[in-house]
Amino acid sequence: MGLQRNNVLPGFGMTMGYSIVYLSLVVLIPLAGLLIRVSAMSWADFLRVAFSDRALAAYRLTFGASFLAASINAVLGTLMAWVLTRYRFPGRKFIDALVDFPFALPTAVAGLTLANLFSQTGWLGQFLVPLGIRLAYTTGGIVMALTFVSLPFVVRTLQPVLEEFEVELEEAAATLGAGRWCTFRRVVFPALLPALMTGFALAFARAVGEYGSVIFISTNKPYVSEITPQVIMGWLDQFEYANAMAVAVVMLSASFAILITINLLERWASRFQR
Amino acid sequence: MSIELRQVSKRFGSVSAVEDVSLTVADGELVALLGPSGGGKTTVLRMIAGLEVPTSGDLLVRGERVNDVPVQKRNIGFVFQSYALFKTMSVFDNIAFGLKIRKTPPAEIQTRVDELLKLFGLDGLGRRLPHQLSGGQRQRVAIARALAPRPSVLLLDEPFGAVDAKIRQELREWLVRLHRELHVTTIFVTHDQEEAMEVSNRIVIFSRGRLEQIGTPREVYEQPKNEFVARFIGVLNVLELTILNGAARLHELSFPAHGLPEGQTLRIGFRPYAVQISRNLQEHPYLAVIRHVYFLGVQLRLELETPSGLILRTRIVKDEFLRQGLEQGSSVSFQIREYRVLSTGANSLSPEVATVHSAATFAEGI
Repeated sequence: MGLQRNNVLPGFGMTMGYSIVYLSLVVLIPLAGLLIRVSAMSWADFLRVAFSDRALAAYRLTFGASFLAASINAVLGTLMAWVLTRYRFPGRKFIDALVDFPFALPTAVAGLTLANLFSQTGWLGQFLVPLGIRLAYTTGGIVMALTFVSLPFVVRTLQPVLEEFEVELEEAAATLGAGRWCTFRRVVFPALLPALMTGFALAFARAVGEYGSVIFISTNKPYVSEITPQVIMGWLDQFEYANAMAVAVVMLSASFAILITINLLERWASRFQR
Repeated sequence: MSIELRQVSKRFGSVSAVEDVSLTVADGELVALLGPSGGGKTTVLRMIAGLEVPTSGDLLVRGERVNDVPVQKRNIGFVFQSYALFKTMSVFDNIAFGLKIRKTPPAEIQTRVDELLKLFGLDGLGRRLPHQLSGGQRQRVAIARALAPRPSVLLLDEPFGAVDAKIRQELREWLVRLHRELHVTTIFVTHDQEEAMEVSNRIVIFSRGRLEQIGTPREVYEQPKNEFVARFIGVLNVLELTILNGAARLHELSFPAHGLPEGQTLRIGFRPYAVQISRNLQEHPYLAVIRHVYFLGVQLRLELETPSGLILRTRIVKDEFLRQGLEQGSSVSFQIREYRVLSTGANSLSPEVATVHSAATFAEGI
């Protein structure tokens, strides 16, 4: 067997078999079903539905807001990971545990809470709305909800890398004359970049797929504040399964393309590793 | 570039890492900071670099106090034990790092880095990444990087710790040559006394945060100030003697007593080379059996066991060993040509007392 490696623990055949079966059942077969269903549509029908103005507006909002949310998390998540790994302060463990909260919280609850908090009569909204900061029922609100649900990804992917980062590297830069900012920019940041990209990609993927929290904080108006999953739901409500699938395929392909791109970028950024 | 430490101490919380160390390093010297791990030598090096700030005492460079000068402004080159090469940068960019920070013109950077690559035997490796280099090459890149901005001092923390024995030997010789060519003041930390003896002009010996002795390799070997230094540098036989009937004795061995009172104890030490052996059992006063032979190349190290069970270590050149027809298990006669009184009196185990007494009671020869 060319693929088999000599290993202390036997069982390549069994584990590989299970992995493939499991992947097929959970990932590949449903996706294939989706494609088969769509392939029953005529090409013209597909294009008409998948690239209707309403769908295009939804794609723009979904991917744009997700990109923004993942970017915000890339910056703030890096900061949080930095604070949590570099400093010891009372309550650190608690804050560390809190990072996972968006994972644990049902997203509908998150959306409801955020909408309630930032609405005109909400706790924060009553102060923010008079200042012109409207977060509930706006695009800003969508970005906020997506930022919330994708928060843990960047923090959790960066933490182990920062824990392992040799302090000597920073000291070496300092002995060569580099100040703090320069050391971060030239030494620390490039080493973090691959993990940061992974975190970004995960956060982005999570945000693109988010539905539960957004429908509560968005007005869900077609062409304006409707995210793609909402469009799909709309078609399903009208029992137009094929149309729903067409939109889903576009989303699937776009997500896939973006993930592959980020993966390649990440590989390029980690070329210095073994 | 002269460096001076005046009564420098460093505490980490309640732990005292360095206590009251004063020392001067002259321009162009190659100095070893030697001691067992946890002795405070790395902390001293880091304080000179500015990576640690002394808790008390003054650090002077060319007569100017630099305690508060940040590490970036000290113009030192520091080589870390782990090398700490920037993994994301090529060899060229690693070496050029300090020059780029100083806003050196690109053409000048190119010339300087090329010159260093050549000097360090790294031609053609400029575009490699650190993980594509061997251990020895990595270390040379680390030193080249530290030297690129022409620092006034080169500091190396355990520079040869992480490479295998053969390369370590090459690197030692190479460091000596490099120092001779560049003449930059160099201070390195090591726990290997052989390395310190071989490479440096002067050795500073630390133990438990205190400075034990400063001297040339020959001075610390031949005139150790106390028992710690004597034991740490090279191999030392130590005997604890008691004054009996006007001589210092241990089993069958006896030494002149210098008029010490009866019953007093006395510790002496002697190097393996001071023990002379002969196949002729009448030639020397004492008898022993060669219990074990360690082959070291040109020299052999022997373990002798006297009839009363004392174990002594000695060295002999291989030719002499063969000429006399000796082998493991041979009976020999021996004498101790010279020794040093390490301490006298009941408090002989306290290192402080040992220092005082040994200075006053040095004795040479029998």
